[in-house]
Amino acid sequence: MSPANTREDVLEAAANLRWEVGPNLHDSLMEALYTDAARISDRVLGRDDARPAFDLDRTIDRLVTSRWLGFPIMMLLMAVVLWVTITGANVPSSLLSSLFLETLHPALKQAAAAAGLAWWLDGLLIDGMFLAMAWVVSVMLPPMAIFFPLFTLLEDFGYLPRVAFNLDRWFKKAGAHGKQALTMAMGYGCNAAGVVATRVIDSPRERLIATLTNNFSLCNGRWPTQILIATIFIGSLAPPALAGLVSAGAVMAVVLLGVACTFLVSWGLSRTLLKGEASAFSLELPPYRPPRILQTIYTSLIDRTLIVLWRAVMFSVPAGAAIWLVSNIHLGGASLAEHLIQGMNPFGLLIGLNGVILLAYIIAIPANEIVIPTVLMLTVVSAGLSGVGEGAGVMFEFDSASATLGVLEADGWTLLTGINLMLFSLLHNPCSTTLYTIWKETGSARWTAASALLPIAMGFLVCFCVAQAFRWLGG
Amino acid sequence: MRQPTPSPSACEVCPAHHPANLKRLGVNMDRYDFVVALAGNPNTGKSTLFNSLTGLRQHTGNWPGKTVTRAEGGFAYQGSHYKLVDLPGAYSLLSTSTDEEIARDFILFGQPDVTVIVVDATRLERNLNLVCQVLEITGRAVVCLNLMDEAERHRLTVDERSLARELGVPVAPAAARQGRGIPLLIDMIHQVATGELVCKPHRIQSEPPALKRAVSLLVDKLRAAFPGLPNARWVALRLLEGDARIEEAVRSGELAELARAPEAAGTAAPAEGAG
Repeated sequence: MSPANTREDVLEAAANLRWEVGPNLHDSLMEALYTDAARISDRVLGRDDARPAFDLDRTIDRLVTSRWLGFPIMMLLMAVVLWVTITGANVPSSLLSSLFLETLHPALKQAAAAAGLAWWLDGLLIDGMFLAMAWVVSVMLPPMAIFFPLFTLLEDFGYLPRVAFNLDRWFKKAGAHGKQALTMAMGYGCNAAGVVATRVIDSPRERLIATLTNNFSLCNGRWPTQILIATIFIGSLAPPALAGLVSAGAVMAVVLLGVACTFLVSWGLSRTLLKGEASAFSLELPPYRPPRILQTIYTSLIDRTLIVLWRAVMFSVPAGAAIWLVSNIHLGGASLAEHLIQGMNPFGLLIGLNGVILLAYIIAIPANEIVIPTVLMLTVVSAGLSGVGEGAGVMFEFDSASATLGVLEADGWTLLTGINLMLFSLLHNPCSTTLYTIWKETGSARWTAASALLPIAMGFLVCFCVAQAFRWLGG
Repeated sequence: MRQPTPSPSACEVCPAHHPANLKRLGVNMDRYDFVVALAGNPNTGKSTLFNSLTGLRQHTGNWPGKTVTRAEGGFAYQGSHYKLVDLPGAYSLLSTSTDEEIARDFILFGQPDVTVIVVDATRLERNLNLVCQVLEITGRAVVCLNLMDEAERHRLTVDERSLARELGVPVAPAAARQGRGIPLLIDMIHQVATGELVCKPHRIQSEPPALKRAVSLLVDKLRAAFPGLPNARWVALRLLEGDARIEEAVRSGELAELARAPEAAGTAAPAEGAG
């Protein structure tokens, strides 16, 4: 007999024997496994039966997963993390920007002048690339260095599965998988990571829902935008003592809106394009483990903060060059940037944004992190402000939030623009890295396109409605 | 590869001495002598263990299902280079979810020289389900009884010697988060990899008689088709259940590759660098 025949012989024997064994093979095998496992564990396990009257793990679980306290505790923890991030990031941010922009930038300019660099080379390298990088570092590093370790501490402690437990009922109602809570939480760090994490979901239908909605979790590239805009437009409405709390509240509201969008879109998808029942699963609530604080801070600084920052810097350098170029290449009396901004302004204003913001989002497709620096730089070009910053296409830093507000207001920004920018930052296409990840994970250009177009359509719609309501109310 | 060995002092001979011999290689795995797989239930500390062995910093988190891809890293111990593969957590190797399939396929077809089964000491009974399944596939295994610190906190004691006797493979108690028990574990991995220690893995005993008969018939057929197949019993069980992946491996002859594995000979593996 040939080897292939013997092999078929084996399969045939298996098929015949299967009848003999009967249909309960899986069950009886599982039973045998459980019996053996129980027998062995009985033999080797000793238990001190004098159990303490107070079980800390159970008590915490009863609180954080309780019907009434579960959600408030979740929101409170999130708000505290945001508040600590917002208030804590101010001081180091201004220190960094004064180092980069008031010390290093003039020094570089002088060195370039001494070396006799051509004006355009000097502008491209120092005013474009260097300043874009400096801006990204000083805006992003402090909030990330506070936010990531705090988030990782919660993760290390074992809180995330409790969040999944709390949200499970809602995901089930939306026709989605309960583990989507975990991928959503990962998305708060980075959407690309969140999309990869959807692999924990077995059903392709539910996994696709989780992938398409991951963008509704604000990622680290968008936290700084939210925090800055909330601080200068909404926090400034409150008395100084409460400004931090009010800003954190505003960011919290955007986060909750994102969660609401996740449920809404999941529900919509599972009723239309991705029909099906939510599948059951078991999720273990792991024991609470005392977080290893120093180790967590160290690893989250190295692994998340610096890696994410490095990515932002890599993207900011070419973007800085692009910004400087569009602001300094002139066509018929006006710079390229002015033409583009003017072209997009009517549509932008219609939906309560403006041409500057739309152009900034186009330039910032590679990385959301550079949206705010781009917005500010283009604003100066568009408003034709003089005496602010260094000239066309030069990124700059303001000493205080109120100075930033002043410049933005000079270009016609209102409270509505601020609110809509926060909304648009939540609801727009994912960055190119995330899109690439979605394409790799789903293997489908159609779903990738859907995941880009769906949020941006929602963003336009929501911003338009908010603008109409705001104007109608006489804002 | 053999290092000049000056007459060893008493300390160097003592098994407790070895930690100093561990060299973390991170992702530098240009050449390696042995492949070690890390398997276990979700959230038992596989990634923490992986990090402390390789010096890498794979993201760890206190939630089940965190590792969705296979992470690889390396370490060197007593002159041998080891490639360590961190598998996604699995409760069982019998179901069909993607991460469990990744783990199963690697343990079966990847033929690691040693499979370390990481076990949560506080949830021993449920974890032993997976241990028993892995031991059906491969006898070249070490059980890492992790989270001993939590077991102590919950006032549980585990008699690791009895456990090792029951399972027929070495058992290393550890608390990976604190770095406790790692040296002993490495030493056990080394001994199993080099063949110094030959395991007599536990086999599932409580099967009904009809199943036992069918399995032994099929095992004979398998042995005829694939002489030297190390885990014929397990393959037979999978075939009886109609596992499509395994049927395919039989049909294509992929299973014959396993038959050529060094494990078939019982000991084997290059003794390079041992001692």
